[in-house]
Amino acid sequence: MAETQAEKIPVTVLTGYLGAGKTTLLNRILSEPHGKKFAVVVNEFGEIGIDNDLVVGADEEVFEMNNGCICCTVRGDLIRIIDGLLKRKDGFDGIIVETTGLADPAPVAQTFFVDETVGAKTKLDAVVTVADAKWLKDRLKDAPEAKNQIAFADVILLNKTDLVSEAELKDVELRIRAINPFARIHRTQRSDIAIDKVLGQGAFDLDRIQAIDPDFLEAGHKHFHDEDMRSVSFTSELPLDPDKFFPWIQELTQREGPNILRSKGILAFKNDPDRFVFQGVHMILDGDHQRPWKPDEPKLSRIVFIGRKLDVPALEKGFRACVA
Amino acid sequence: MAVNSTPSSLTSKLRAHALDGAVVGAAYLGATPVFALAEGVLAFAGEEPLRVEAHKGVLLSLAADARSILSGGDDGRVVRTRGDGSTEVVFEQKGRWIDQVAIGADAIAFSAGKTAHFQPAKGEMKTLTVASTVGGLAFAPKGTRLAVAHYGGVTLWFPNAQAKPEFLEWKGSHRGVAFSPDMRFVVTTMQESALHGWRLSDGGHMRMSGYPARVKSMAFTAGGKFLATSGSNEAILWPFASKEGPMGKQPSMLAPRDVRVSCVAAHPKDEVIAIGFEDGMAMLVRISDGAEILARAPDASPVSAMAWRADGGALCIGTESGSAGVLVL
Repeated sequence: MAETQAEKIPVTVLTGYLGAGKTTLLNRILSEPHGKKFAVVVNEFGEIGIDNDLVVGADEEVFEMNNGCICCTVRGDLIRIIDGLLKRKDGFDGIIVETTGLADPAPVAQTFFVDETVGAKTKLDAVVTVADAKWLKDRLKDAPEAKNQIAFADVILLNKTDLVSEAELKDVELRIRAINPFARIHRTQRSDIAIDKVLGQGAFDLDRIQAIDPDFLEAGHKHFHDEDMRSVSFTSELPLDPDKFFPWIQELTQREGPNILRSKGILAFKNDPDRFVFQGVHMILDGDHQRPWKPDEPKLSRIVFIGRKLDVPALEKGFRACVA
Repeated sequence: MAVNSTPSSLTSKLRAHALDGAVVGAAYLGATPVFALAEGVLAFAGEEPLRVEAHKGVLLSLAADARSILSGGDDGRVVRTRGDGSTEVVFEQKGRWIDQVAIGADAIAFSAGKTAHFQPAKGEMKTLTVASTVGGLAFAPKGTRLAVAHYGGVTLWFPNAQAKPEFLEWKGSHRGVAFSPDMRFVVTTMQESALHGWRLSDGGHMRMSGYPARVKSMAFTAGGKFLATSGSNEAILWPFASKEGPMGKQPSMLAPRDVRVSCVAAHPKDEVIAIGFEDGMAMLVRISDGAEILARAPDASPVSAMAWRADGGALCIGTESGSAGVLVL
């Protein structure tokens, strides 16, 4: 699997609420001399000041899969565009998909798990969200889209930091943490960031799930409690029973899929020398044995959910019941 | 291989062609096999090989009749190419992709994004904009009715009539579309691993599912008794001979293997289909008894396009790696 993975073209999903600095970031990625070539799928032509035949306009056409799952929405236009881009003679190093400021990142992400051809030739690298340091706090209150974009992100650019004080920055970072404990947050001005902090993140690569940092999980919750969108995590020092865990997580994500935006876990199963890692986007789950537990590594199972209206006691009870 | 007996073979008669790009379509212009390459080239594989640069970019769609090939590209052009290699730009819209093309009796059609265009041989072009990007476009075998597939179903458009387009509804993303030769049915390939069909007389639905993969290739057999499809480890043939279509009936399964079928092409006269597989193997199979003849040995590259000569006496086979072959029977 490792060999074929390496040949897949990485896809970065670029989101961010209106005016946060998405286009500025995109222009930077396209204009800086890094020697790489990117195909870019944009939602509005003309915003990008660069004449590039690898820039393709998209209509953000979302449809529901006929699999009885109301949250399994997919960007059909993206499937078609990526099919077309993959046929180009002169290849490229990556694809960047920009969404509109009001878009939900989920259908874009799910596209890469649902279509076989797209999944065979490309891989989702990361969801990158640009957030306005000054206005994010307000948007988290009044714009569910902004909340989705933060909850979904693997990388967050906290942009326009020159417009706020250090205390305000810390405050907004904690608010982000309360929703999303594992995104990497970078403070930026005018979306100025080294591209290796944005691209090539491997956020959906099971091999690269290292640890889920408990400090991050706690940091936000101590200060803010967002009842609508939040993250929740559970740990178990006792090994889990795979015959209990898999039916539970599958049933849970089938039932609560629309509310669970993302999930991630590192699990120790009984009589299994390997770490099992998994991650999910709504009800699409991807998991595998990753590597043997190291001798000095505590065999701790940890699972995180980011979502809306999470029934924390029920989730905890369900997870505890998976102990072998 | 899962076949019980070694099939007889025609592989020694296959004339191989090494093309320098992925084959995305194939057609015969008269007696000349033509392969469409992803990079916008039409490679004529007749006695005098010819390369025609139809598009300055990716060739996205292809349709053909006996006299010409119509192609659409990501250069925004619709190009008609004739047997002598001459080309004519029929339409151009800069910055758009021409996703679909179709040829009818006295007209052509194509689509860019949500808009389908109808251009009669004589007269003005007409357009129809549908709810989402056009996923498939097909002329009815007779007359000038067009099936336009999109999200949520198929719009039947009568460009020459005042009548309002008719909408056949079914949830999901519809991609390829075809009329049955008797015009009783319209069938789509869906983003899901399934086909959907409508009986035009009463709008009755036909769900054809159970495929392990998305169906990318379908073809009605000569006479229209069967609809042959890719997407499984054997060619799936749905029976369309009766008024009810395939509902309540089991499909026939031909040429079972442990490799998926990637392409099907129906013989123009006999009940024979060419079946191409993801490993490059191609077989000719007689529907009545399932008798198989090996047409092309596997070479690890998926068969991506096949076309029969109009008289059924020859077949051309193209693959994703550009290895191609022409078989004269």
